[in-house]
Amino acid sequence: MDTQHPHHQQDQTHADAARPVLEGPDIARVLTRIAHEIVERAKGADDVVLLGIPTRGIFLAERLAVKLEGITGRKTPVGSLDITMYRDDLRMKPARALGRTEIPGEGIDGRLVVLVDDVLFSGRTIRAALDALGDIGRPRAVQLAVLVDRGHRELPIRADYVGKNLPTSLRETVKVQLAEEDGRDAVLLGVKQTAPAGEQ
Amino acid sequence: MMRHLISAADLTRDDAVLILDTTEEMARVSDRPIKKLPALRGRTICNLFFEDSTRTRISFEAAEKRLSADVINFAAKGSSVSKGESLKDTAQTLEAMGVDAVVIRHSASGAPYRLATSGWIDAPVINAGDGTHQHPTQALLDAFTMRRRLVGKDALGQDLAGKRITLVGDVLHSRVARSNVDLLHTLGAEVTLVAPPTLLPVGVEHWTCDVSYDLDAVLPKSDAVMMLRVQRERMNAAFFPTEREYSRRYGLDGERMAKMPEHGIVMHPGPMVRGMEITAEVADSDRCTVVEQVANGVHTRMAVLYLLLGGNEPAVSHARPTDSENK
Repeated sequence: MDTQHPHHQQDQTHADAARPVLEGPDIARVLTRIAHEIVERAKGADDVVLLGIPTRGIFLAERLAVKLEGITGRKTPVGSLDITMYRDDLRMKPARALGRTEIPGEGIDGRLVVLVDDVLFSGRTIRAALDALGDIGRPRAVQLAVLVDRGHRELPIRADYVGKNLPTSLRETVKVQLAEEDGRDAVLLGVKQTAPAGEQ
Repeated sequence: MMRHLISAADLTRDDAVLILDTTEEMARVSDRPIKKLPALRGRTICNLFFEDSTRTRISFEAAEKRLSADVINFAAKGSSVSKGESLKDTAQTLEAMGVDAVVIRHSASGAPYRLATSGWIDAPVINAGDGTHQHPTQALLDAFTMRRRLVGKDALGQDLAGKRITLVGDVLHSRVARSNVDLLHTLGAEVTLVAPPTLLPVGVEHWTCDVSYDLDAVLPKSDAVMMLRVQRERMNAAFFPTEREYSRRYGLDGERMAKMPEHGIVMHPGPMVRGMEITAEVADSDRCTVVEQVANGVHTRMAVLYLLLGGNEPAVSHARPTDSENK
C-alpha cells in the first residue's frame, strides 16, 4: 500500500509513541491460522491462487504460500497485483511509482483468487484490486485475507480471513512491519500527528 | 516544477531510472489479454505532428490508447497549417478545446520549447522530435533496450554505469544522437560518436562524449552500437563523396559486427536504409534490436505519459536548467 510512505516517515520520528499490538511470533501464528482456514473453506485449496498487494501484501502472500504447502503438500501459485493505476484518488496526488504485477503462469481464470493485504481500512484498495483483476481474467471466486482489519470501511467490502480485528479511531495509525521490508515483524498502533484522515 | 518533457538533458539520473522502472511494469501489460490500463481515463491528448512520422506517431497513439486517454491526431498536411495558420493559433485552438496534453513533432528545433513556455497553452508538452534538436522518448526507449539487454531484464533501480555505447553516422542532423548522448551520460554510460568529420556538428568537442573517425577501432570495445540513418532529406550539400564510400567506412556489415564483443548489440532508431548504414545481414541478425526498440517504444511512452499526467502533478521532478547552468 503505497499511501503508507507519509505514515512511514511519521512512524520513524514517533517510533516510541507507536505501541506494538502484534509481534513476530503472533504474526506467524496468525498466518498459520489463516492458511488452515483457507484450506478448510476451499476444501483442500486445489485451485487457490494467492495474489499479494504491493508492498507488504506480497510478503504476506509468499509466507501464506509456504504455510499452505506445509498443509497440503502442494505448491500454491503466488503472485502480486499492483493497483496503483486503478486507485480512485489517482488524480488527487502526484503520479506514483508503480508496483509489480506478477500473475503466476497458471493464470487466474476459473481459479479461487485470494487477495492478500496487510491492513484493511477504507476498502478502497480492495475495490481497486477487484477492478485490476477484471482486466486480467475471470476467477471462479475472489476472497480477501488481511493481517489487520482496523475498521472504518467506506465501501461495502469485508475480509474473508482476518489476522486481527483492531478497533481504532481515525486519529490512530496502524503500521505493519515485515522482516522482508522493515527488518522485523510487528504491527504498530500509533497516534497520528497531523489532522487529515487519509486512506491507508 | 516543469510539467513538460522537452529535452533528455532535463532529466536527472533518478528521474530517468524511474521512467525505465515504470517502463518495465508497462511492458508486462502487453502480455495480458486486455492490454489496457485506466490511468488516463477522461484525459484528452493531442498528437500534433507537423513533420512526417510513422513509428513515433503510431507508438504514441498506441501508448495513449493503452492508458485509456482520448486521442486527437493532428497532421499538418490537410489541416489549416497548410493554409498558413501559425503554431500559436493552432495551440490556442487546442487550448480552447480543452486538451490535457500535447505531443508535438516539428521540423523546427525549439518548437516544443516555444509551445511549452509561450503561455499559448496550459497543457503539458511532450517533445516527439524537433528538428535536429531533441527526441527524448527515443533516447529513453533506447536506454531501456540497452538496460534490458546489457544489464538484465529486471534491473529495477539500475542505470547504465560503465556501459560503452557507440553512435555511428549522421550525428550532424540527428536529434536521436543528441538526446542519446545527454541521457546516456546522465545514466553513467560512456558514449563515443563515430562519423565523418563533415557529419559532426560544430561544438561537438563540448558534448559529454568521445569522438572518433575510425569505426573498426571502436567496435571491439562497444557494448552497443547504434547506427544512425543518413538523413538525406536534411542534406542540402555534399557531406561525403559517394554512398559506396560512406558505407565502406561507416556502414555496419557482418564482418564488422564480428569484431564486437559476444554480448554486443546493434541498435537503429529506424527507419533503416539497408545497404547504406547497415547491411541486410546485420539488420536481420538476432543481435539487432530494431524490432525490440519499436515494442519498447510503446511501453516507454506509456511510462512517460503516466508519470507526467497520471497524478495531479508529475512524478518526474526534473527542472529545466536555467541559462547559467547550461553545460
